[in-house]
Amino acid sequence: MCSLCGILGSNEHWTDAVARPGVFTRNTERVDRRRERAKRVRIASRILTEFGMTLSDWQGSSFLLSTRTGKTEMVEDLGHLWPLAEKISGRVCDPLSHALIERLEGGGDA
Amino acid sequence: MPDAFPDFTPVNLLTGFLGSGKTTLLHRLLQDPALSDTAVLINEFGEVGLDHHLLERIDDTMVLLQSGCVCCTIRGELAQAMRDLQSKRERGIVPPFRRLIMESTGLADPFPVLSTLKSDPVLRHHFKAANVITTLDAVNGLAQLETHGESVRQAAIADAIVLTKTDLTDEPAVARLMQRVRRINPDAPFVDAHGDHFDIDRLLSGASGSGEGAPARSGFYCEEPVSVIGEAGSAHQKPVHSFVMTIDARIDWTAFGLWLTMLLNRHGDKVLRVKGILNIEGEDNPVAIHGVQHLVHPPVHMTGWPSDDRRSRIVFIVDGLDADLIRRSFSAFNRLGLPQPAANITETA
Repeated sequence: MCSLCGILGSNEHWTDAVARPGVFTRNTERVDRRRERAKRVRIASRILTEFGMTLSDWQGSSFLLSTRTGKTEMVEDLGHLWPLAEKISGRVCDPLSHALIERLEGGGDA
Repeated sequence: MPDAFPDFTPVNLLTGFLGSGKTTLLHRLLQDPALSDTAVLINEFGEVGLDHHLLERIDDTMVLLQSGCVCCTIRGELAQAMRDLQSKRERGIVPPFRRLIMESTGLADPFPVLSTLKSDPVLRHHFKAANVITTLDAVNGLAQLETHGESVRQAAIADAIVLTKTDLTDEPAVARLMQRVRRINPDAPFVDAHGDHFDIDRLLSGASGSGEGAPARSGFYCEEPVSVIGEAGSAHQKPVHSFVMTIDARIDWTAFGLWLTMLLNRHGDKVLRVKGILNIEGEDNPVAIHGVQHLVHPPVHMTGWPSDDRRSRIVFIVDGLDADLIRRSFSAFNRLGLPQPAANITETA
């Protein structure tokens, strides 16, 4: 458990075993790690915008998931992101939704 | 002696429909001296018909066989049975086995077993899923696949399929069964239980989903283009079907992770299997992925491409999901991470 925020430690999520070794290791390639987190926040937020939410970095260790009305949850990894997103938004986050796909295919940032 | 699993004991899950030959196969395993460093978790001693002269009883649920195998029955919680086994190994009550074979009941969906291995706070530090072996009855297997969803799911998530009772039927019948299985599991190797080349050790140590090592070839990553017989247009449309996505453009790992976690969160119970070899942006060598329903194994960095074909190939075995929609969805997500235009994807189905 993290003594600062009280988050229970868990298995490393498969998405953290990134293709470029070291990116998610704190002691090496710190710049790459930050760049990867920033990219994750950017792409996730682009998708989450469609459901009225955003993702932001928190202390370089976790993420903050927020709705437009201010509901906020801390997310440890991508394994927890989507269940929490559905919970706090009250919406179904379905990547096979025609509406979502068409919006994303529309291109560019929201 | 080098240990392929220094920290984790590989677990082979043996599954198969009722009467498909699991017990016969287990009996064979338990008598093989080559498996002396193996522990076996079964449902009942009686079913396997262990000869009492060949075993030493450790307690009510656990015996030690002359072959060296540890054999125990699952009474109640599977996780508790595994913890007991681990505890006895640590205390030296049972030999230090290096492999665990677990039998699932004939009607069980194997996924919860894999999930237990991954999520149990004790077990996940000692055990790791190796492969899923499914027995399929050459005489009745075809009928079971037509009438029992459990049988289809067991065949769909198999890393290897052992064809049993092939001595009781003819070659055309076996060929029809294999053709049927290929529609729901395009690349799991078939092993004939009555064949001359039946090699138990190879069967158990084969196709691993554990994510260990960095093999150039592994057998389950869809390294070779596979011929998939799609069912979408057939007269008897089945909800479980497989298809291959072949992706020309490089894959953005971040976008891929977001997409697959989102897909599995919403449709994990319908994605029976996803496995593939990916050409990741920024990486020279391919990355292999392997997932069963909600569970995705750690990706494996392979040491090289198996052929000159550098396209990403992902096999999906799905229950009722629209292949074209999955393809479109992935393409839309992938372009969020890549600077170039949308990935060109072709589908074999």
